[in-house]
Amino acid sequence: MVELCMGGWTRTGTTVVAAFMASLVECVEALTVVLAVGSMRGWRSALAGAGAALAVLAAVVAVLGPELRRIPLHVVQLVVGTMVLLFGLRWLRKAILRAAGRIPLHDEAAAFAKNTAAMRSGAGRGAAALDRVAMAAAFNITMLEGTEVVFLVIAFGAGGTGLLLSASVGAVAALLVVVGLGLALHRPLARVPENTLKFAVGVLLSGFGTFWVGEGAGLAWPGGDAAIPMLVVAYLAIAALLVPMCRTDAVAVGG
Amino acid sequence: MRWMRSVAREVWGLFVEDGSFAAAIVVWLTVVLLGLPRVGWGTRWGGVGLFAGLALVLIENVLRYARKPRK
Repeated sequence: MVELCMGGWTRTGTTVVAAFMASLVECVEALTVVLAVGSMRGWRSALAGAGAALAVLAAVVAVLGPELRRIPLHVVQLVVGTMVLLFGLRWLRKAILRAAGRIPLHDEAAAFAKNTAAMRSGAGRGAAALDRVAMAAAFNITMLEGTEVVFLVIAFGAGGTGLLLSASVGAVAALLVVVGLGLALHRPLARVPENTLKFAVGVLLSGFGTFWVGEGAGLAWPGGDAAIPMLVVAYLAIAALLVPMCRTDAVAVGG
Repeated sequence: MRWMRSVAREVWGLFVEDGSFAAAIVVWLTVVLLGLPRVGWGTRWGGVGLFAGLALVLIENVLRYARKPRK
């Protein structure tokens, strides 16, 4: 019984946390552009564009999520696990290289300045009516970043019964936190440790993805569900070792 | 239509950034799915073998990238 509860918590808790952190990164990127659009071309159009995209994305989750239940679980785990692995290992690889200084860090303040400059041309037109350019820009960025969030929610939700709700809770919580901070600050969240978040999410996704692919393929895991945190710790250890090794290699090549 | 193309490009970019990295992951998954059960590793050491291969793919790719001279 205790083992069952532990197994359930391991999946539900890690799903909420992983979906929250992954969605937080994407929401921050979308917020940067929506803020640039809103401050330059008017909040009504920016919020209408972002709101329309959020409605489309919510409909996609509502339609696709339950459909997954019709497919046998091991097939879903194999397919979604492979996608989660490709996604998670890509993020982890990038986060390691960024932490080692081999790839430049993502700069939200620079992105905000770039988008503000782009939106400045023609600002002031259509102050009363909805501004099509502003609406389209806000819709596009929310759709693009939101598509990633939807994929993550569906991917995390595919791991078992009830996990779609847990993943959705994590993603909605991230959206609320970012919108709340955006409303309070009225500027991009430049201080969010994006690479640290990507590092953590990459580790979590890699662990989940490896486990699901193994489950879907009928492979055995030592300790059953307890293998998930063990995989996460193992990926974290490998990544932590790789960062200083990459720095050393960079110096050796540079020297 | 243009935003649909952008979304499609974004979705592809979710999974593939370095082609050789993504290809190595897919190749290892294929080897594990098709090969391990045949050699009798599927039941006992399958999960560990799956992880070990993926870890090696990550380590090799990251170190290879780090050794490249900066442009």
